[in-house]
Amino acid sequence: MRSQREPLFLARQSYRRRRVEDAARLLPLLGVVLFLLPLMVGGEIGSVRLAFVFSSWFILILSAMLLARHLGRDAEQRPIGSQSKPLAPSEDPAGRR
Amino acid sequence: MLTFNTLVGVCFLYVIMLFLVAFVADKRARRSKVRFLSSPMIYTLSLSVYCTAWTFYGAVGYAARSGLEFVTIYLGPTLVMIGWWWFLRKLVRVGRSQRVTSIADLVSSRYGKSNLLGVLVTLIAVIGTTPYIALQLQSVTLSFAVFARDRSAGWVIPDLEQTAIWVAGGLALFTILFGTRNLDVNERHHGVVTAIAVEAVVKLVALMAVGIFVVWGIGGGSQGISAAIQQAIQAAPEGAWSLQGGRWVGLTFLSAAAFLTLPRMFQVLVVENVDERQLATASWAFPLYLFLMSLFVIPIAVVGLAILPKGENPDLFVLTLPLYFERDGLAMLAFLGGFSSATSMVIVASIALATMVSNHIIMPLWLSTRLGVDASEYRDARQILLSARRLSIVGILALGYFYYRISGGGAALAAIGLISFAGVAQVLPAMAGGLFWRGASRSGAVAGLITGFVIWAYTLFLPSFGEAGVMSASMLADGPWGIAALRPQALFGVDGLDPVVHALFWSLILNCSVFVSVSLLSFPSPLERLQAAQFVNVLDQSGPARGRSFNAATSEDLLVMAQEIMGSDQAQAWFQAQAEQQGKQGYLPDTTPDFIGRLERELSGLVGTATAHAMIGQILGGTTVSVDDLLAVADETQQMLEQTSQLEAKQLELTTTARQLSEVNEKLTQLSIQKDAFLSQISHELRTPMTSIRAFSEILRDGGANDPEAAARHASIIHDESVRLTRLLDDLLDLSVLENGQVQLYPRREVMREVLDRAIAATSSVIDQEKMHIHRNRSDEGVALYTDTDRLAQVFINLISNAAKYCDAKDKRLAIRVRQRGGRLQVDFVDNGSGVPLESQSMIFEKFSRLSDQAAAGGAGLGLAICREIMDKLDGSITYLPGQSGAAFRVTLPIGTQSPFGRTWPSDINHL
Amino acid sequence: MKRQVLVIEDEPNIAEAISFILSRDGWSVSTHASGTTAVQAVRDAKPDVLILDVMLPGKSGYDILQDLRSADDTRALPVLMLTARGQKTDRDLAERLGVNRFMTKPFSNSEILTNLRELVGG
Repeated sequence: MRSQREPLFLARQSYRRRRVEDAARLLPLLGVVLFLLPLMVGGEIGSVRLAFVFSSWFILILSAMLLARHLGRDAEQRPIGSQSKPLAPSEDPAGRR
Repeated sequence: MLTFNTLVGVCFLYVIMLFLVAFVADKRARRSKVRFLSSPMIYTLSLSVYCTAWTFYGAVGYAARSGLEFVTIYLGPTLVMIGWWWFLRKLVRVGRSQRVTSIADLVSSRYGKSNLLGVLVTLIAVIGTTPYIALQLQSVTLSFAVFARDRSAGWVIPDLEQTAIWVAGGLALFTILFGTRNLDVNERHHGVVTAIAVEAVVKLVALMAVGIFVVWGIGGGSQGISAAIQQAIQAAPEGAWSLQGGRWVGLTFLSAAAFLTLPRMFQVLVVENVDERQLATASWAFPLYLFLMSLFVIPIAVVGLAILPKGENPDLFVLTLPLYFERDGLAMLAFLGGFSSATSMVIVASIALATMVSNHIIMPLWLSTRLGVDASEYRDARQILLSARRLSIVGILALGYFYYRISGGGAALAAIGLISFAGVAQVLPAMAGGLFWRGASRSGAVAGLITGFVIWAYTLFLPSFGEAGVMSASMLADGPWGIAALRPQALFGVDGLDPVVHALFWSLILNCSVFVSVSLLSFPSPLERLQAAQFVNVLDQSGPARGRSFNAATSEDLLVMAQEIMGSDQAQAWFQAQAEQQGKQGYLPDTTPDFIGRLERELSGLVGTATAHAMIGQILGGTTVSVDDLLAVADETQQMLEQTSQLEAKQLELTTTARQLSEVNEKLTQLSIQKDAFLSQISHELRTPMTSIRAFSEILRDGGANDPEAAARHASIIHDESVRLTRLLDDLLDLSVLENGQVQLYPRREVMREVLDRAIAATSSVIDQEKMHIHRNRSDEGVALYTDTDRLAQVFINLISNAAKYCDAKDKRLAIRVRQRGGRLQVDFVDNGSGVPLESQSMIFEKFSRLSDQAAAGGAGLGLAICREIMDKLDGSITYLPGQSGAAFRVTLPIGTQSPFGRTWPSDINHL
Repeated sequence: MKRQVLVIEDEPNIAEAISFILSRDGWSVSTHASGTTAVQAVRDAKPDVLILDVMLPGKSGYDILQDLRSADDTRALPVLMLTARGQKTDRDLAERLGVNRFMTKPFSNSEILTNLRELVGG
């Protein structure tokens, strides 16, 4: 739901950020695929499949950590909740512009 | 040897420690030291209420029975967490911008603040959660029993039900103490959350300790475990260890859905969230927690199967394995882990449910008994709200306990975990649809919820009671009235599925279809569409969307109501901040739609959206949506909104500036008028005594009266009038000196009580004359001051004699209240007269102002101006408090021994 | 026969001073302190001349003057106004309302006697 008036070319930094966001959106899909893979092979579960499930789980966690560090830093720069802190008048979103 | 008493003792100590942790955290939060408390780690750990006793003990049992399948319960939440950018981010932001108090509140708020939906979701949550609470009680009692059985030598097993009732009672006490101690507009509970975080660590440490002991202590390292796994697979019944696709996918989805919709998860995930960075960290840290929790589950299960005697309950391997090897300490730790899992779930679930029950069922009922009342009738709202919360907590725990008693524990209860998940998952379509689809309507949500709930109850919940329960064996086998298509566990002939997956499939499919089709066919109300836009576009909004607008509402009424609900300090501070934002001074902002919207959100943090909406509606006398709002809704295109939002902000800024300017202008005009009036007043005040003096002195000059008594009288009149003249000049000079800052203060130590005593003594003549009664609470007045107490007494004298002179009540009363707030001392003077009219409130402290032109009251209207100057010099303030029973003035002073000279005056040099 | 003068003044000391000065000059003086009942007091006392203060409790001297000038029996009564607010606007208002003499406080004793004598014609 981005504005259509966005510029065509972004600075390198903003461009990177957009791609990090894309990656964050795609990560759960990767997770779904990884967790569906063990079903593709029939039969009893052996140590191999067990190891596969746990290691892909761990990889997901690592990737999420990497992404969160980028996205979290961004959240820090633009604190949300400008409307939710009741007692700080300077938080008025209109007054800040 | 572990005796029963040791076990109970350790348990007791552990609980006391939790109490302390909660207490300290609460206290820190009150002193607003929330830095540590709002750290992402605490948040992440608090999410672990997801791991209940069912997962702590049950996961191993699950793994012993069906192998790897148990991880689905953890994979679902993992997917949700790592996909936070999609869903959770939006959910949390909506939760915070709309001040959502519970999942019922979220749904109710999204669909036009409909209380019907609030009630529906609350009911589903209560029905889905009660058995789950029973399950926790069962797990605690069972784990006690394990110790009792293994150590039959030493101790008699006490009545299990007795244990359950003690546990339930203790939990109710803890929850009431820390969950309803304060009524916070954010509905956050720092104490509880911190205690939960501690329990989370205990859980993890306990399970990992048992796991490490099992793998490297008795299992023979990783090779030994591999062998044990092979052995377990061979020993297991056919197919137990193969993955069943339907269950694998279905349960992963189910746990993901439940993770979002379980009331307790919503509480920690959304309501207790303080800022977005917490979510970023939790997105990987919480999956890591789950990963570690499940890492040793399979080893423990296979070793338990291999070593422990046949027939041992695999659900309790975590306890029985250490006990079998006589590792009492480890067993104790494992027990505490299980205990933590059970208690944290029950505490958070009952807080979440109690909030829902009190906000959506009890408060609306209470509100409906007082339709069309005015603001002051909300006097007891706060107390009622707290009592409602407390009663709900006790009620919910009692319900859980009775469910445990009636179901008799046992295997039927153990299966309730997934059933409960499937029940609360019915809220998912309404919730997700509400966040992402503006077309989702209230009717659709209601219809979808009811459909899903009924199908869940019919296909899963009721059959779970077994053939002796609500459904007979023949009904389960052949369907009601022999209609095979309606067989509860094979609806429409679909009988190839596992019962849980079957129920999940049908209930959610039908829930979604009904929700979508009714939404497509129905036409939502304006308020609903407004809320829809706010929810769906929450990430693009830079400011709060426009709320409703109203014709006539005095903010004083709203202030009176808000004081009753939020508490007067908080309400006053909030109103003042809002007024300031509008560029106004004092406590009464304009009742703009914006302001009303914010007030409503503020109140909804306490009483829920629907109730807050109704309360404000009652005060304002109409809950209709204005033309402006309709336009805002009709303005469907996001593009337009974005283009206008910039202009709107500019316009808002201009409006604020314009309002400020016009206020200043008005004030200046009034000041100028007042200055003229004052000069004329001063002229009158000076000329009157001078007239007498001149007249009588001319008489004396011309020979005077023949009667010597009359002559003496004339001389004394001249004398009295000169004194009067001097006093007036003194006042003028005092003010002028104060204003120019050329004043020397003489600070000294004195107790507030003495200063007030002096002030009252000095005004005793006017008090007696006017027959005014003064009410004081002398015990509050024992505050030590270090300030110029003579100047302070001068202020008090002025306020007291003003009250005596101007209070228009028949039976005059003045209450003087002293209290400390936020490092400052407040002294309130409240009389029982009709108060200062609104239009005069902003002017009374200006010099030359006088409310009426009755010269009879004496003075030239300089008193309050002098007071203001003095308080300014003493680093304090004096303000008029609107919305009290009469005229009310608040004197504020800094407390303690800070520098008595807040600033330096030029006089300091002059006096050297 | 003594000339009757009525003094409407709420400051007791000023009222006393005026009565002393006028009695010594041979006037018959009565005083009244309230603004609200002043018009009635004029009707009762039927004075030859009236001394009227402006700032009175209840009703201002201007209102009293207006009332007197709009009633037939008091329309012609000579009125001397005293005020402690000696601004030009006050004098203008009094003159518009039909005052005969206007004096600012503080006044000189001889001035007030002169004015009164002129008002009653000798």
